Amino acid sequence: MKKLQILTKGLLKENAVFVLFLGLCPVLGVTTSAINGLAMGLATTFVLLMSNIVVSMVKSFIPDKVRIPAFIVIIASFVTIVELTMHAYLDSLYASLGLFIPLIVVNCLILGRAEAFASKNSTLDSILDAIGMGLGFALALTVLGAVREILGSGSIFGINIYQGDGMIAFVLAPGAFIALGYLIAISNIINKKMEKKKALAKSK
Amino acid sequence: MEYIVIIIGAIFVNNIVLAKFLGVCPFIGVSKKISTAVGMTGAVAFVMVLATMVTWLLQKYVLVNFKIEYLQTITFILVIASLVQMVEIMLKKVSPPLYQALGIFLPLITTNCAVLGVALMAAADKNFGLMESVVFALANAVGFGLALVLFSGLREQLDLMKIPKGMKGVPVAFIVAGILALAFMGFANLV
Repeated sequence: MKKLQILTKGLLKENAVFVLFLGLCPVLGVTTSAINGLAMGLATTFVLLMSNIVVSMVKSFIPDKVRIPAFIVIIASFVTIVELTMHAYLDSLYASLGLFIPLIVVNCLILGRAEAFASKNSTLDSILDAIGMGLGFALALTVLGAVREILGSGSIFGINIYQGDGMIAFVLAPGAFIALGYLIAISNIINKKMEKKKALAKSK
Repeated sequence: MEYIVIIIGAIFVNNIVLAKFLGVCPFIGVSKKISTAVGMTGAVAFVMVLATMVTWLLQKYVLVNFKIEYLQTITFILVIASLVQMVEIMLKKVSPPLYQALGIFLPLITTNCAVLGVALMAAADKNFGLMESVVFALANAVGFGLALVLFSGLREQLDLMKIPKGMKGVPVAFIVAGILALAFMGFANLV
């Protein structure tokens, strides 16, 4: 049960984007379409998973004082792997994500999980934590990308839904902030309702 | 003339926070009061200019020279992380009052993607010499400060407003940021 909790807490209850507000730059920057959001989410999940594995394995022989630079080097190596792989096999995606691929390094979500979870827990737990947190992040990016794509260009995953131009502002910068604001509000309300239900069930 | 184009472009047209979405974490995190916003801006400006200068030199004379450009991400983040540490130690010795003012913001800057983002952009632009890169970094820091201070002023007002329960705090801050971004879109095609 506890392992399951580690895996699922990142999806909604401690969602990196909607609840913890971590790693917001790529969230806003690349979600002009659902597919971009999904790709960025999966790339981040991969880096998070690999860095969590390595950090949890080497945690006992990294001196405490230099742990942050050491974590950053581990993360940066995996980001470089993702960058080179994407450049080689998924060139159009690489072009549309652009600057935000190297910027995965400074995604506070990844360093945050390395510091707060992987450096204190076993490798297996760290893997579960990374998968949960990463998929939660990918979910948030995909949802935001889908909302922006539907409102802004009238399609989802590139499939046309309605004719016409849509509200162009949602593809541009302002729509990103506004859409994310409303999505956070919705997730706040859902989380509060779920907590109330739990409290009610307990009191019975 | 060229410098003016770079400056106006970086501050207004392609504002680093509101158009490029870099540095959104501190933009939301430390914008509750104008005074902390100003402190953060000072620290970011300092590190951003220094980091861009060092990484530009490294890119040109080390990475490109030895054909190891693929190490760019690792090199840049290491330079920034150690630079932040060095600035912190130096400020502590040289100017304690400045350290007091900027101190708590400095460690946060390592994971501020605006710094790495500006360094990467300056290194990627083939037309930028060292001087242009420094001007570009400074202008971006001013743009970051402008957005941050404007936004924190708005958030101070927001605290006094009646806001629906679920929207309180961060959600409504994002929507206000969206409206601010909408205002900055008015500068499009200026240069």
